[in-house]
Amino acid sequence: MPEIKVTPLGAGQDVGRSCILVSIAGKNVMLDCGMHMGYNDDRRFPDFSYITQNGRLTDFLDCVIISHFHLDHCGALPYFSEMVGYDGPIYMTHPTKAICPILLEDYRKITVDKKGETNFFTSQMIKDCMKKVVAVHLHQTVQVDDELEIKAYYAGHVLGAAMFQIKVGSESAVYTGDYNMTPDRHLGAAWIDKCRPNLLITESTYATTIRDSKRCRERDFLKKVHETVERGGKVLIPVFALGRAQELCILLETFWERMSLRAPIYFSTGLTEKANHYYKLFITWTNQKIRKTFVQRNMFEFKHIKAFDRAFADNPGPMVVFATPGMLHAGQSLQIFRKWAGNEKNMVIMPGYCVQGTVGHKILSGQRKLEMEGRQILEVKMQVEYMSFSAHADAKGIMQLVRQAEPDNVLLVHGEAKKMEFLKQKIEQEFHVNCYMPANGETVTLLTHPNIPVGISLGLLKREMALGLLPDAKRPKLMHGTLIMKDNNFRLVSSEQALKELGLAEHQLRFTCRVHIHDTRKEQETVLRVYSHLKSVLKAHSVQHLPDGSVMVESILIQATAHSEDPGTKVLLVSWTYQDEELGSYLTSLLKKGLPQAPS
Amino acid sequence: MAAHLKKRVYEEFTKVVQQQHEEIATKKLRLTKPSKSAALHIDLCKATSPADALQYLLQFARKPVEAESVEGVVRILLEHYYKENDASVRLKIASLLGLLSKTAGFSPDCIMDDAINTLQNEKSHQVLAQLLDTLLAIGTKLPENPAVQARLIDVACKHLTDTSHGVRNKCLQLLGNLGSLEKNVAKDAEGQTTKDVQKIIGDYFVDQDPRVRTAAIKAMLQLHERGLKLHQTIYNQACKLLSDDYEQVRSAAVQLIWVLSQLYPESIVPIPSSNEEIRLVDDAFGKICHMVSDGSWVVRVQAAKLLGSMGQVSSHFLEQTLDKKLMSDLRRKRTAHERAKELYSSGEFSSGRKWGDDAPKEEVDTGAVNLIESGACGAFVHGLEDEMYEVRIAAVEALCMLAQSSPSFAEKCLDFLVDMFNDEIEEVRLQSIHTMRKISNNITLREDQLDTVLAVLEDSSRDIREALHELLCYTNVSTKEGIHLALVELLKNLAKYPTDRESIWKCLKFLGGRHPTLVLPLVPDLLSTHPFFDTAEPDMDDPAYIAVLVLIFNAAETCPTMPALFSDHTFRHYAYLRDSLSHLVPALRLPGRKLLSSPVSPSITPHEDPSQQFLQQSLERVYNLQHLDPQGTQELLQFTIRDLQRLGELQSDLAGVADFSATYLRCQLLLIKALQEKLWNMAAPLYLKQSDMASAAAKQIMEETYKMEFMYSGVESRQVVIIHHMRLQAKALQLIVTARTTRGMEPLFGMCEKFLQEVDLFQRCFITELPHLQDSFVDKLLDLMPRLMTSKPSEVVKILQATLRQSTFLHLPLPDQIHRASATIIEPAGESDNPLRFTSGLVVALDVDATLEHVQDPQTIVKVQVLYPDGQAQIIHPKPSDFRNPGPGRHRLITQVYLSHGAWTEPCQIEVRLLLAYDSSTRISRPACLDSAEALPLVENSIEGTIPFSKPVKVYIMPKPARR
Repeated sequence: MPEIKVTPLGAGQDVGRSCILVSIAGKNVMLDCGMHMGYNDDRRFPDFSYITQNGRLTDFLDCVIISHFHLDHCGALPYFSEMVGYDGPIYMTHPTKAICPILLEDYRKITVDKKGETNFFTSQMIKDCMKKVVAVHLHQTVQVDDELEIKAYYAGHVLGAAMFQIKVGSESAVYTGDYNMTPDRHLGAAWIDKCRPNLLITESTYATTIRDSKRCRERDFLKKVHETVERGGKVLIPVFALGRAQELCILLETFWERMSLRAPIYFSTGLTEKANHYYKLFITWTNQKIRKTFVQRNMFEFKHIKAFDRAFADNPGPMVVFATPGMLHAGQSLQIFRKWAGNEKNMVIMPGYCVQGTVGHKILSGQRKLEMEGRQILEVKMQVEYMSFSAHADAKGIMQLVRQAEPDNVLLVHGEAKKMEFLKQKIEQEFHVNCYMPANGETVTLLTHPNIPVGISLGLLKREMALGLLPDAKRPKLMHGTLIMKDNNFRLVSSEQALKELGLAEHQLRFTCRVHIHDTRKEQETVLRVYSHLKSVLKAHSVQHLPDGSVMVESILIQATAHSEDPGTKVLLVSWTYQDEELGSYLTSLLKKGLPQAPS
Repeated sequence: MAAHLKKRVYEEFTKVVQQQHEEIATKKLRLTKPSKSAALHIDLCKATSPADALQYLLQFARKPVEAESVEGVVRILLEHYYKENDASVRLKIASLLGLLSKTAGFSPDCIMDDAINTLQNEKSHQVLAQLLDTLLAIGTKLPENPAVQARLIDVACKHLTDTSHGVRNKCLQLLGNLGSLEKNVAKDAEGQTTKDVQKIIGDYFVDQDPRVRTAAIKAMLQLHERGLKLHQTIYNQACKLLSDDYEQVRSAAVQLIWVLSQLYPESIVPIPSSNEEIRLVDDAFGKICHMVSDGSWVVRVQAAKLLGSMGQVSSHFLEQTLDKKLMSDLRRKRTAHERAKELYSSGEFSSGRKWGDDAPKEEVDTGAVNLIESGACGAFVHGLEDEMYEVRIAAVEALCMLAQSSPSFAEKCLDFLVDMFNDEIEEVRLQSIHTMRKISNNITLREDQLDTVLAVLEDSSRDIREALHELLCYTNVSTKEGIHLALVELLKNLAKYPTDRESIWKCLKFLGGRHPTLVLPLVPDLLSTHPFFDTAEPDMDDPAYIAVLVLIFNAAETCPTMPALFSDHTFRHYAYLRDSLSHLVPALRLPGRKLLSSPVSPSITPHEDPSQQFLQQSLERVYNLQHLDPQGTQELLQFTIRDLQRLGELQSDLAGVADFSATYLRCQLLLIKALQEKLWNMAAPLYLKQSDMASAAAKQIMEETYKMEFMYSGVESRQVVIIHHMRLQAKALQLIVTARTTRGMEPLFGMCEKFLQEVDLFQRCFITELPHLQDSFVDKLLDLMPRLMTSKPSEVVKILQATLRQSTFLHLPLPDQIHRASATIIEPAGESDNPLRFTSGLVVALDVDATLEHVQDPQTIVKVQVLYPDGQAQIIHPKPSDFRNPGPGRHRLITQVYLSHGAWTEPCQIEVRLLLAYDSSTRISRPACLDSAEALPLVENSIEGTIPFSKPVKVYIMPKPARR
């Protein structure tokens, strides 16, 4: 039986290190190749030796697909392609291809330059790796080889994030990557057509959450910023360079524009400028509003947001500053925080989740006195606010996507096991499809029932259509023909044509059957009786009485002879060809019942 | 002189053109009538290749065919059709047949048999589809003929089994458009087996081609539109179509379900997989709600729109649409709305914002959580969060309609509407503000909601702010803090955007009038009075202070205790404001003061209204005078005009009528004056110099008549006749004056002829009104018409002169409702002393903001004129999207005008004004006079012109020379 096998090397009942192996109709595809944020040892990368012990990866994998540029989806790529060794094609969307190397380079710098690790991939390796990348457009069907094709769908989440459909023949699987079903200020919502894949592999980060409307959160955020600025206070927003940062920028930018505010907004430099540049370029990947208005003005060309300089932090008067990193654990954001923490007019807004142990986490949990390096005690007087902006689909969104795609099976990855359990149960209950949630290294095997296309000759089709009544939509129909399997394809042709093609002579298969009838009369009369009887019963068929004393029903021959031993019994000889089997057997059964009593 | 020459050239030109035209037209008619079909026949026979034939047919299709010759043409086409082998030519012929059968005045039943016959042998699917289309055209032309309809239906049914989707589509269309209605079924029962059209169409809901499925649903909807009651059984079929793969099918299916839900709202349908049953309208509502989260935005828009018109749905279902159970980590979470409400009711509003504030509370029973509700759950929550703003707007509109019919729903949807005030697209924000205004009767804003609403006041878009002011006018506020908050925010707005002054004052007027008891405790605070000390007198010209006073005075109108709190200067300010801003400040019952003007009690009907009476009487007086001495007539007219003008200024609701009549009287006055001149009897040469007065009068009368005709809305045909009559008189006057002042007969010929044509035209256009014009100029003229036609120009002039003098003054009947179009330019204000500087040769954009009143269809007729000091005038057509319609009869023009000029040495003022463009043919060319084939000269005669209808505004500009 044909089957689809899925093995997560990472992200199975876990968040981080996304890497899923799918083999579908003999083709092997690797989906994402990420690193794990939580580990610094070997566990940070997927275990590629699982794929093949000895022998090259290129021989085993047909292609690699990267869904978006977050490091937990692409962080291991240079290691995989250059250090482990893979020369096959890598597919990603254009924005991902553009932004991914920046992030990889940044990651490399932190690991090698800051932490001093050796045996890590180099800048050159990143470049070499990117040379193997093939960029795809949305909804473009890419033929990887003769049979395997992939197609990207819009996924929201971050710029350039895509869901991929992998298709071999009539079997297909969809991998969502990370996606977002509600639009935000700069990106649209994920969308997929009714592609009815055999398998849908979906993320499930927020499997047990149903979120509130985005607008309330946005409004709260803007109101807080606005109030503080009006009071003359300073607002610090610690962010990570890509993704949410752009959303918040757009949000503040449009708000400043709408309300004609004057206070300056700064953005700490570095990664972001490069990234913003790409945001400007890939307008087609953003949401409706930005797409429609960019002719007048590109929304990412910020009017009110300027680059930040360290000296600005001491400027008097209100300002808003976006600074990296997002959890206040180091760098510029922490420096600014220390400067501003003492003033109760100021405010810090944490736009995302903070890991335990970071300053961000401490202040969020209400700590007002922080011990900094060098035994310094920092008293936090500024206001601390928390605002969650997340770009993953919530439980409802996941269900909505499943409903849109109408898959036969669902497989959950990229989430916590306990939460997956709940969603799995819900999906099975509501859609009546199988749902799987394999752990890392665990293989799920699904049986598929692929359709096998068969070519049919037009003549045959028309002939068979003419027999039936209306051509009824989408209903199976019975037809007669010969199936020829030749050169790896199937054809359905009429039997005559099949004979001709194969150069075979036609054999005739004839069934004959004797039916004994008790009748004392002469043979001729018996035949006549049979004739009149059949004539009266089979009104729809042509019944003939031939001059040689036999009866023809269509092409079925009936002859009567006297029984050699018992003259009172007549033997009816019924003979028909294989094609007339239906009518022939009906006739015999009819005759076996005997003739009706003659009126005479 | 130049103008004079030009006029002559123009006249000669028109004369020539007209003669030519008439000749050609008549010739053409005579020639082509019999030959049209013949020519086609020859052409088609000549055609050697299909391409040639196609060309001939295409050429033929460009010209119209007269009703009489249609049948002949059809025969020839059909003849050729049978011979033709090429499918494309047959297709064209088939489409021509359809076009021809639509010809007015032609009854196509004679060609129907032929058309049906052609169907029998046709092999090409495209041609078949086209032929069916032709049959559809024929069928729709013969709606009263059941036999024809039945036949066509038969034909359609026969071809429904065709393999091509195009043919099936057309068949379904035919069925939808012609399928017999139930009333007829009863009649036809005497033998003919009338088919159940609905059943046949319903069978094609499951066709394999999505286009055919769509066509089937559309046909069903068509049946419904034609008044056939659809069967309830279709409902289940339609529900299945909602999960179709193709968006057009789903979109049509949503419509069909909506139709059915309106037809059978109360019938009961079972819920699958349970024993319960619900009303059909509720079920349909749930299904349509489900479609709000469809994959295709076209369907989403459709579904969201239709939701709004499902008023019969039960409130239980309705309220579900706003419900979205939140949870986090499987624990129930409250929405931000609920939290806000709770904070508000517990009294601690501003405190308590910390992380974990929204921490989830109770555990959720995993079994009870339903992630995909089949019902209406959260439909609007989704719709309002949609990616496409089209969907969001549709959802807001639907919310509005539903909230208008259900107060409890209005209360619930408030939070969501308030949220929409922060949408990223301005259109959506505006729409939600308007929606809120419409439902504001049903709601009271909580303080926190008011807070959010007021935050939008700082929006930089003027539309948004004004819409919000409008909203605040109708809002109910629950607490005195709310009022205070609103006032503070409005004053902030005023400080930030001083141009909003009027709008804010108006808003505060209503706010005060609505909440007198809430304003009362605020008064000492607002006026900053002190129980013991006198405080400084605020500046009377401060707009913010005026705003506060407007609020207080309007509240004081219904709150008699309030004036006791006023200090002395407040009373003085009241007196001042009552005079200067009387539309904003009501009359107060102040102690020690008498009310000066008692308001007109509403019991007085318009007829008893003294001012109305006055108007009628003064007009009567004028019309009654026939035999007064000329001097007296003139004086009386002058006085009446003056009275009417003053009346118009005093009584705004009579302004239109008064102005209209005054203009008419002025025309009459001018005419009398012109005719009174003693100089008429002089010899022509002597007269030359003095003709100025008369010709100027003629010209002015013409202008005034155009004004009367096009500047007033509500003018009826009775008035139009009188106006045209007046214009005719002016033209006669012009003719006479020209005749007297020019030498030689040549130009006079043309003018006379033109004038006579005009009289003729007048007679034809207003034939029905002629009996009302007894004894008038035109009446007499028509009597003399035979004589005029034959006599020489000099004779004509003499006759005209005599008739003009003898004719009486026509009584102008007044229409019920007449309003004068007016415009006020708000911006540019024309007060600025700083010139607008720009580099010469480049353009500068000038923002123009104007309100238009009583202008019909301003998109086409309102223009902006810019007059430069060198006399150069520029007319700008604003874009249709620049016009907004804030209320009935009111329009607002917000546009940009581009200015450019060569370099000047000094800054100088340019004038900007609004014009009303008119086209004299638009009013007369009513169907009454269009039936004659000679409507053409009318168009020729049309005069296009413009009427300035706003005060010009001066703008100071300074084009600088370009720097090098």
